[in-house]
Amino acid sequence: MAKATAQTADGVPAFYVTEEEHAHPGGSTMLGFWLYLMSDCLVFAVLFATYGVLGRNYAAGPSGADLFDLKLVAVNTAMLLFSSITYGFAMLAMDKGRQAAVQGWLAVTALFGLAFLGIELYEFAHLIHEGATPMRSAFLSSFFTLVGTHGLHVTFGLIWLAVLMTQVSKHGLIAANRRRLMCLSMFWHFLDVVWIGVFTFVYLMGVLK
Amino acid sequence: MTSYPDWWKLIFGRFTLEAIPYHEPILIATFAAVLLGGLALVALISRFKLWGYLWHEWFTSVDHKKIGIMYMILGVIMLLRGFADALMMRGQQAIAFAGNEGYLPPHHYDQIFTAHGVIMIFFVAMPFVTGLMNYVVPLQIGARDVAFPFLNNFSFWMTVGGAVLVMASLFIGEFAKVGWLAYPPLSGAAYSPGVGMDYYLWALQIAGIGTTLSGVNLIATIVKMRAPGMDLMKMPIFTWTSLCTNVLIVATFPILAATLALLTLDRYVGTNFFTNDLGGNPMMYVNLIWIWGHPEVYILILPLFGVYSEVASTFCGKRLFGYASMVYATVVITILSYLVWLHHFFTMGSGASVNSFFGITTMIISIPTGAKIFNWLFTMYRGRIRFELPMMWLLAFMITFVIGGMTGVMLAVPPADFVLHNSLFLIAHFHNVIIGGVVFGVFAGIAYWFPKAFGFKLDPFWGHLSFWFWVIGFYVAFMPLYILGLMGVTRRLSRFEDPSLQIWFVIAAFGAVLIALGILCFLIQIGVSILRREQLRDTTGDPWDGRTLEWSTSSPPPAYNFAFTPIAHDLDAWADMKKRGYQRPLTGYRPIHMPRNTGAGLIIAGLATICGFALIWYIWWLAALSFVSVIAAVIIHTFNYDRDFHIPADEVVQAEDARTQLLGRA
Repeated sequence: MAKATAQTADGVPAFYVTEEEHAHPGGSTMLGFWLYLMSDCLVFAVLFATYGVLGRNYAAGPSGADLFDLKLVAVNTAMLLFSSITYGFAMLAMDKGRQAAVQGWLAVTALFGLAFLGIELYEFAHLIHEGATPMRSAFLSSFFTLVGTHGLHVTFGLIWLAVLMTQVSKHGLIAANRRRLMCLSMFWHFLDVVWIGVFTFVYLMGVLK
Repeated sequence: MTSYPDWWKLIFGRFTLEAIPYHEPILIATFAAVLLGGLALVALISRFKLWGYLWHEWFTSVDHKKIGIMYMILGVIMLLRGFADALMMRGQQAIAFAGNEGYLPPHHYDQIFTAHGVIMIFFVAMPFVTGLMNYVVPLQIGARDVAFPFLNNFSFWMTVGGAVLVMASLFIGEFAKVGWLAYPPLSGAAYSPGVGMDYYLWALQIAGIGTTLSGVNLIATIVKMRAPGMDLMKMPIFTWTSLCTNVLIVATFPILAATLALLTLDRYVGTNFFTNDLGGNPMMYVNLIWIWGHPEVYILILPLFGVYSEVASTFCGKRLFGYASMVYATVVITILSYLVWLHHFFTMGSGASVNSFFGITTMIISIPTGAKIFNWLFTMYRGRIRFELPMMWLLAFMITFVIGGMTGVMLAVPPADFVLHNSLFLIAHFHNVIIGGVVFGVFAGIAYWFPKAFGFKLDPFWGHLSFWFWVIGFYVAFMPLYILGLMGVTRRLSRFEDPSLQIWFVIAAFGAVLIALGILCFLIQIGVSILRREQLRDTTGDPWDGRTLEWSTSSPPPAYNFAFTPIAHDLDAWADMKKRGYQRPLTGYRPIHMPRNTGAGLIIAGLATICGFALIWYIWWLAALSFVSVIAAVIIHTFNYDRDFHIPADEVVQAEDARTQLLGRA
């Protein structure tokens, strides 16, 4: 905001801006996107809380200790964390204006993301095959919903990534595209943070007796 | 059902011709009236060739002022529907005594009280509040539009989509029979297998997305787009309360979305979140829904506290008493509203310590609220009070709301609540604060800002008539419910045995008729004002001798709001400008950068509504198709980079010269 102390010649304060400052389209986008992320964070908060309350209600069915394969989940976590690093590299390349490098790193990010989703789907299929379906108990309902909602977010992130790569190749690293890449970057790292919570709270604590 | 072949189920899901309520004369008559009215409206619009005008100037508009007005129109339309439900309930309860079954069968009565609550909160109060904020906030902070104009248009149409689904349930299938918050296990698949609950879930889910995004939008607008010089403690109080409300929206509507999604999974997939078996816990739902639900009532009332504050200082002709304490009180209420949700179910059995904690936090909220009441009183003290319509609403509010607040404190005492829980005393309490606080405030806001939006004042005669019918009608309708509640009558009953209670229900029904007359007078007031607009014309842009920036521009304001962005030096920026000899600039206009209209918001929201309808009726192919279309439409919209334009300097000159002439005539 400009300083508002300017006075006109006759001592009356200036009541309006004569020189319109340069308009910033999208000047509020980062703040707006942060606010959206915080609202999304609350969706996860509800799912975590639900898991916290219902997560030990096995209804004589299998528990986390019976079901979780920590090695598989560790590999999966690595996929997501690597994808965050490579997204970071894409942003560094964007700052230097190197479009080809941006696209390359984004593609690598997408591959890691796909690998994460693939492993998660494999895990889900395996659990359902063993009879541990979302319908079996409140524990499994809240487990599948929490992990699945995160997976859905990653899926939409991947669709968004594909759209953005198309737009970058079409228009280059213009201001609008840089802003969009920044937003997706925040979204992607946000999903990473949520996953750390899922990994710790659901998987690691789930295998403890 | 069994007679329908497989191909029918494939195409139409679980929709059958029996889902149309032919056998309900009330519904068929309503449907005929809506159909005829709708056809007449379509014919009139076509006759006067208004479709193009509506589409280009309104439906696709990203102008916060037009979107605000559309929200208000939605609120009025839905008020008529919600109030028709109220009249039917009052009529039923007034006659259904001692063997008389009344005219509404229980399954219909249960839908009516559910629809009444859902509509009044989500599709009357919320559009009114959002509409006022949308219209006024950018003008008060000296901005040209909101931070995300397209998103604003999209949010509006999502709200409409939810309203359309609720209305559709009237004629296609049924609505939920579970009460406005739909507690499981009653609302689960086992006890509510029909489409009614699914209408509820998808209507609220779709409208809720719109509300959340509108909250994000207005926070960003208030934080980022204030005029130079307007630091936080120089923000008009309505903008402050709007900021707090939108913080509450962003911090609670996601909880509603997630909670409803879990119930949806229970119903559609067969998960066990809120079921009675396999580890589910229905009280989890009740906790989650009230973690949204309690802040929701503050979302509704806070902006109206802002309206009352603006009205108090304008019509008493002085600065608001205790501005800083008003701001702090608002912020404290915002925070405390998160710490009281359990008072809605003290009877859950969580024990004395937990109940005491939530009882005390609830009582503490009355302290900042009381501070506000005193601030308004001291603003009036030694003020030069003008008893215009908005001021009348403020006075009625102050008396009514204090009564409602005191019964609220009574309910906050857990032992008293064990007696009063789920009784008509509770019904009387929350209507006391919602009608006495929110509805009165909305009418005050409409009377106050109408001349700004349309360039002429509302007719005072019909306004005062509407005021007195509303206020007296409210007391006649709800004071008997306090008495009945103290006698132990519970809510949501469609028939009674004890004939000695009947007289109170008859009085309450009479009060509802008075309120109906109040609504009628309000509609007449709008009509008469449009007819008499030349006599009621305001050429100054400042008909009330206002104090904040929205009164510094013309009425109605130009698309760009302000030809030059104002600079605020004082809390009451416009009063300060008038006092210190502000001269309106007559030259030096420049082109103004503005967002471009787009139909994308309406299209995406329309597709989302179709998707909701398909999911309600298990029409899976249509659900999949419309969901993919929503995604595709969003992606196509992102390929449009050409989103703004400049209003050329000539046009600004023309508009401003026209205003100069108007001001000269005044």
